[in-house]
Amino acid sequence: MARIPRVPVREQNPTVRASNFEEVCFGYNQEEAMLEASRCLNCKKPGCVSACPVNINIPGFIMHIREGEFEQAARVIALDSSLPAVCGRVCPQEDQCEGKCILGVKGESVAIGKLERFVGDWTRENGIDLTPSGIVPKGIKMAVVGAGPSGLACAGDLAKMGYDVTIFEALHKPGGVLEYGIPEFRLPKESVVRTEINNVVKLGVKIETNVIIGRTVTIDELFDKEGFKAVFVGSGAGLPKFMGIPGENLNGVFSANEFLTRNNLMKAFRQEYETPIFVGKKVAVVGGGNVAMDAARTALRLGAEVHIVYRRTMKEMPARVEEVHHAHEEGIIFDELCNPTSILGDEKGWVRGIRCIRMVLGEPDASGRCRPVELPGSEFEIEVDTVIMSLGTSPNPLISRTTPGLEANPRQCLIVEEETGQTTRKGIFAGGDAVTGAATVILAMGAGRKAARAMDLYIRGLAGE
Amino acid sequence: MISWRFYVNIFIMYKILTKDILAPGIFRMDILAPRVAASAKPGQFVIVRMDEKGERIPLTICDYDVEKGSVTIVVQVIGGSTLKMSQLEPGDTLADFVGPLGQPSEMLSEKFEDLAAKKIIFLAGGLGTAPVYPQVKWLHHQGIKADVMIAAKSSGLLIMVEEMKKVAGNVYIATDDGSEGFHGMITDCLQNLIDRQGGSYDLAIVIGPMIMMKFAALLTQKLSIPTIVSLNTLMVDGTGMCGACRVTVGGKTKFACVDGPEFDGALVDFDEALRRQTMYKGYEGKKLYEEQCALGIETCKCPK
Repeated sequence: MARIPRVPVREQNPTVRASNFEEVCFGYNQEEAMLEASRCLNCKKPGCVSACPVNINIPGFIMHIREGEFEQAARVIALDSSLPAVCGRVCPQEDQCEGKCILGVKGESVAIGKLERFVGDWTRENGIDLTPSGIVPKGIKMAVVGAGPSGLACAGDLAKMGYDVTIFEALHKPGGVLEYGIPEFRLPKESVVRTEINNVVKLGVKIETNVIIGRTVTIDELFDKEGFKAVFVGSGAGLPKFMGIPGENLNGVFSANEFLTRNNLMKAFRQEYETPIFVGKKVAVVGGGNVAMDAARTALRLGAEVHIVYRRTMKEMPARVEEVHHAHEEGIIFDELCNPTSILGDEKGWVRGIRCIRMVLGEPDASGRCRPVELPGSEFEIEVDTVIMSLGTSPNPLISRTTPGLEANPRQCLIVEEETGQTTRKGIFAGGDAVTGAATVILAMGAGRKAARAMDLYIRGLAGE
Repeated sequence: MISWRFYVNIFIMYKILTKDILAPGIFRMDILAPRVAASAKPGQFVIVRMDEKGERIPLTICDYDVEKGSVTIVVQVIGGSTLKMSQLEPGDTLADFVGPLGQPSEMLSEKFEDLAAKKIIFLAGGLGTAPVYPQVKWLHHQGIKADVMIAAKSSGLLIMVEEMKKVAGNVYIATDDGSEGFHGMITDCLQNLIDRQGGSYDLAIVIGPMIMMKFAALLTQKLSIPTIVSLNTLMVDGTGMCGACRVTVGGKTKFACVDGPEFDGALVDFDEALRRQTMYKGYEGKKLYEEQCALGIETCKCPK
């Protein structure tokens, strides 16, 4: 029997999408999804499930898609994930589920991510309500810090168990990195993100925005004055890193966080919004991760010529293959094997260029990637008027500093027991980027769900059950 | 006490309780924000967003009342957003009001004996009078009288002089045009005071326009007075996420929002701070982008 090839997914034409913020990928329609689902071998020992950080029953939901039973498919996913429309879009499937698909050994793996997204979108578009009925309220207050992926997942699970959950969010909108970090063209806000947050709210979760834990109110006050019995910290990794090279404070140098927050959270790309954004004619984005791709593709859409400056080669980039591919298609220029040594300014203190040194790949380092080594005497200049630094982020130390007994490691990541999210302080749990440093949405979600189970056990333990 | 208002997926609105005009283009508002009022300390600031499409605007805290659950802000009209805010009236609401942000004033963590032994002067330039007030008031409650020098372009632009007199030791006034008090810049006024009095100060706290803080810090350095300044940099989130507020202090990059806003005046690179404040001025950024679009210039890639 001839194998059906992987069903291609329809996308916006690269030259058209390079100047709009509409979603790049259209996703599968029903026929395409059912055809793609029919490729799944429904393995006895599915590698995909064990490679999924939250162990979704992948063949289970795919079999329902194959039969056209989309609501059942949604129910299978809902057992393990509350954010299929998000994860189907932003998970690094090639390193997780799809990377372990048996079809991938000789040919192309099943498009698990696109199928998951299809289910998430179908559920939303058809108004299917997966909210469980008959939740019995326990009348016990639980606090969640941060309305990003880990906090939303933790809050959702706690609410399903009957707890009275309040999420405290520092920004004016819930969503965390889904709102301020990932751009509209990769993750639509009004449709996808808002729906996922509404699903959590429908479970009875309260979200209070504009509350900075550690400033507006401390965790101890949540316990002592507001009657919360346990707290989950999912405050993310929000502090941007800089290189520490000369010229980094020139006008026209931004962290990717600033650039993306202005554009995504504050909607600077829309005329009617008041927040300004500066995009020069020629932009250098330093870094090779997903955030670098997001910043580069955003700058491109705002009208600039964009260069990605990366010290290794495209092959070693930590960004997802699909993101690099999309960026390349849209016309982003990749300057591989070069590393900035200084940023050059004009007489008024604005960026006029970036000085780089050529790199060569040496021996593999601890990460298994070849270590880039400077090529002496190879310095050169690239003329740019904007530089966006995308070198990763680290957790904000505000909460660990204002909560006695809550310990963090030297990288500011909260110290927890991996299986439970239990921190060094009783009653406080943590997960997501606040614990791991910048990682993925799905890992954060998984950590939030694990912590919810542990928090339930903790409360039961207190009650002597 | 006001109980916290929780809504399911409806966000708390921050009501304007009072409003009064302090000077042309400068107004004061009490905002209902019980959580902020309960935690605010002298030296900290808030971020305000008027509506769904508005910017996040950092504003200094001028006063707070835990009982009423209110926070007082003083705003000067300097652009579109602040002009819009000036048109709001009591009863209207702000979409967002978040804080308190930044580190509280350093003096709050000093030992009382050490602080009481110091002769302190505040140099307040224009709108900077507002954030100076809660610090002087806090000292007053500790039983410490600090001197305050308030400067403005002219008499009509001086703010909060009467309030300040109630909590300060000596209050000195300086105006650029000589319409009230000392005729000249605040730096000349301080130099003159020290020349006349003979004595000096052990601590100066300078809050005002960046350019005023630069020159005041230069003078106090010359006079060997340890000096603290409070920087009003550009910001987006105000929680350390974006780094728009980067400032060089003693050769190191600091974030004004989380490491500050107060820094040692002798160590701040004011020229860089002044330059960074101009980032979105003029025809740069979005405005250029809008103009290009309006003119139908080819390079416009407006995402319409």
